[in-house]
Amino acid sequence: MSGYARRVWMVVWKDALTERRSKESLNVLVFFSLLLLFVFQFALGPERARVEAALPGLLWLGFILSGLLAFGRTFLVERENDCWEGLVLTPGDKSAIYLGKLAGNVLVMIVVEVVLLALFAVFFAIDFTPVLPGLAAVLSLGTLGLASVGTLFGAVTAQMRARELLFPVLLLPAVVPVLLASVSATQTVLSGLPLADAGAWLKLLAAADLVYLVVGILTFEFVLEG
Amino acid sequence: MAARELASRVLGCLAVLAIIAGLGAAFGYAPREAVQGNVQRIMYLHVPAVLTAYLAFALVFVGSVGYLLTRRAGWDRLALAAAEPGVLFTGITIASGSIWGKPTWGTWWTWDARLTSTAVLFLVYVGYLLLRGMVDEPDRRARAAAVVGILGAANMPIVHFSVKWWRALHQPSTILGPEPSPIAAPIAVALLINWIAFTLLFAYLLAARMEIARLEDTHAG
Repeated sequence: MSGYARRVWMVVWKDALTERRSKESLNVLVFFSLLLLFVFQFALGPERARVEAALPGLLWLGFILSGLLAFGRTFLVERENDCWEGLVLTPGDKSAIYLGKLAGNVLVMIVVEVVLLALFAVFFAIDFTPVLPGLAAVLSLGTLGLASVGTLFGAVTAQMRARELLFPVLLLPAVVPVLLASVSATQTVLSGLPLADAGAWLKLLAAADLVYLVVGILTFEFVLEG
Repeated sequence: MAARELASRVLGCLAVLAIIAGLGAAFGYAPREAVQGNVQRIMYLHVPAVLTAYLAFALVFVGSVGYLLTRRAGWDRLALAAAEPGVLFTGITIASGSIWGKPTWGTWWTWDARLTSTAVLFLVYVGYLLLRGMVDEPDRRARAAAVVGILGAANMPIVHFSVKWWRALHQPSTILGPEPSPIAAPIAVALLINWIAFTLLFAYLLAARMEIARLEDTHAG
């Protein structure tokens, strides 16, 4: 099992190193979040009450739009220099590669989410500090759900034509339950209620995460064949 | 070969006969509903269509798992041949429900739990068919489609509960619920006949589509 964990870590480390040197994804994603903030502001107008009412939905709209950009790229880098063949030839259980890529995507999303929350706090003068622990719980469960389907479908569409069209069309309906549950739970948390009030939603998110992870782990080796 | 064709033709004839019987039951045998009037007869189209769609998507799942385990093209043809009528019957469900909803609820569409989850189901499998159109190489197409088909099926209960907790206006399930069915006997009989008719029609479409896919595969090389 330590060999398995090591292979997962190798994938995360490799992608993190590539990202640190190329700075391709994160810079653009952070800038994209800033742009989204402007779009939201222009769409809703200056009235503060409207922004506050729509806040849980806006947050998750921001996360899913950034996620669509990030997840779709997960496996594109592997298509250069025969890297894909390298992954296929990796000995052992191929699901380690899936978990490694998933972990990388979750890390990217955490950065994007922190930036987006900070931007909301500054530009809309919203104080997230009292609700931060509950918000962190909802965000981690929701992000895991989005990323587990996103990573799998990113791999499925990586070698296809028109993949940038196909990827969102496949991902968005599949993650409807994650979005519904996350937005509702975020609403509960932001309105200052205890996290237990969103208990049913959190359980649903946990169950969804588990199902997606199991499907991803079981089917990934068939996707990787190319 | 001839036996296959004969079986398909017999199935087609049975489906046509059952649909005629179903129409007779829906418009002749079943009584006019006391509250809603004749509009309620849309149910004989609406309910069988959605039950058939569920059957179809279950077969997509079976075909997808079967393909990944055995790599035999027949399983993939089953998944494809079930997905297409599945989307069609889901579309019929949504359209007929919309036409039924206008006079009874006063609106074409409402974001009620079951309407929304049926719409999500529709979108998932339209995506599935779009994906199939994007890959030419048969084994790659089958594997990619199988992964999406399996996730789509595993997702169904999650979608169901998430949307159910999110909202509700649709009447609760009467036939499949735990209570004994309060439906009047003639209505139940008419519904049953139409359900059988739709299942036969689906079986015919499934067999025909599988045969077309098999011919396409053999002639493609």
